[in-house]
Amino acid sequence: MNSYFKGLQDQFYQAFIDGDSPRYLLYLNGLKIAYMVMIGALVLGVAIGVVLAVIRTSADQQKKGKRTWWLTLLNVFAKVYVTVIRGTPMMVQLLIMGFVVFENSRQLVLIAILALGINSGAYVSEIIRSGIQSINPGQMEAGRSLGMKYSTVMRKIIIPQAIKNILPALGNEMITLFKDTSLVTVIGLADLTKVAIQIQARTYQALMPFVGIAIIYLINVLILTWILGKMERRLAASDRS
Amino acid sequence: MIEVKDLHKYFGELQVLKGITETIKDAEVVCVVGPSGSGKSTFLRCLNLLEDPTEGEIILDGEVINSKEADINKIRQKMGMVFQSFNLFPNMNTLENVMLAPVQTGKMKRDEAKEKAKELLTRVGLADKFEVYPSSLSGGQQQRAAIARALAMEPEVMLFDEPTSALDPEMVGEVLDVMKSLAEEGMTMVIVTHEMGFAREVADRIFFIDEGIIMEQGTPTELFDHTKTERAKNFFSKIL
Repeated sequence: MNSYFKGLQDQFYQAFIDGDSPRYLLYLNGLKIAYMVMIGALVLGVAIGVVLAVIRTSADQQKKGKRTWWLTLLNVFAKVYVTVIRGTPMMVQLLIMGFVVFENSRQLVLIAILALGINSGAYVSEIIRSGIQSINPGQMEAGRSLGMKYSTVMRKIIIPQAIKNILPALGNEMITLFKDTSLVTVIGLADLTKVAIQIQARTYQALMPFVGIAIIYLINVLILTWILGKMERRLAASDRS
Repeated sequence: MIEVKDLHKYFGELQVLKGITETIKDAEVVCVVGPSGSGKSTFLRCLNLLEDPTEGEIILDGEVINSKEADINKIRQKMGMVFQSFNLFPNMNTLENVMLAPVQTGKMKRDEAKEKAKELLTRVGLADKFEVYPSSLSGGQQQRAAIARALAMEPEVMLFDEPTSALDPEMVGEVLDVMKSLAEEGMTMVIVTHEMGFAREVADRIFFIDEGIIMEQGTPTELFDHTKTERAKNFFSKIL
């Protein structure tokens, strides 16, 4: 029994401390990359999501007989985009991005951000669309009745309220993105998961690196959840004040 | 002056307005009454094109506003609208609610709009509520702020769509008072309302709308005291 624990201790040492420079630095670096990819993809995803959602809703709100052809065209594009992205596995999208579209690029972080951001954009657009639809139509009417343009009312009145309503769902998307960063391993980016795989290959031990990163992911998700909860409570408080 | 010529409105198969022709003069106060579902709100909403008229013309200052060439945003800037459910913007405080449209449409500079907003809010009795968000205003206060918001665009015409219907009884008076003072200043007003006492006191003319047409119209005395049509008699007997 004692020797078993001794073995675990050795494994821990090998997985996290041993190495030319201490291995925990590698994990830290992997975690940093995970965060970089998550934040980049989130920003890109929300940007794409807002644009797609606005296209989809404003196309749906067009009055019969007063349709503009370019909006209808954009709407078709948006629908195809969402269908393709949501209908194919994220890992396949990553592989296509890394080895087909950017075959010769070594900017792996950027490629990862692009792939995850484009993926996330499709989901975020649906979240935002439901957020926009949840806003009372009276808000749009009130804005338009004052003589403001559709786009102004969207920007100043509808979107800010929609974003606030969907913040919990966006928070979930952020956490999903954080965990999905583990997939970028397939394009060779040294994220947290990739680091664990490399160390396992070096030490021939799987337990400590893989359970270790599971715990690291979990702790970070808990921290993110806590921050989101705090933000939500603060927003809810500003509603009542 | 607003001229309405043979206005028809369909919602799909359902015909809501069946040919309305009327002229509303400058500085005139018109109250629109009638049973629910009669088309009176639709009529009002057609005036600033929140609903697209299916047939007919609406002419404001000589311009056909429901033609394809008309600049809908410019036209709406001349017509303020007040809604039954207030529709203040909950993501902004009262002052920002009132300032938003003048600034965004380029009508006023920020400072100018702010001064104007303060002046208007003071006028409707909300001088102490500049920084307050709509959610912590009472219904009556919200509606007064909404009136100030509409006035900020310095409209020629004010449209009111059942402005007191969503209010607690004790708050109706404060909103009607604001509307009364507007009427006295010579604002052209079209008011869909169930407040017959208010209509009698303030209106120059009353339209009784039923089944999508103006069944009867005239001064309050003509309409309330010398009602001609059976439908109108029947309606007034129920609510007066």
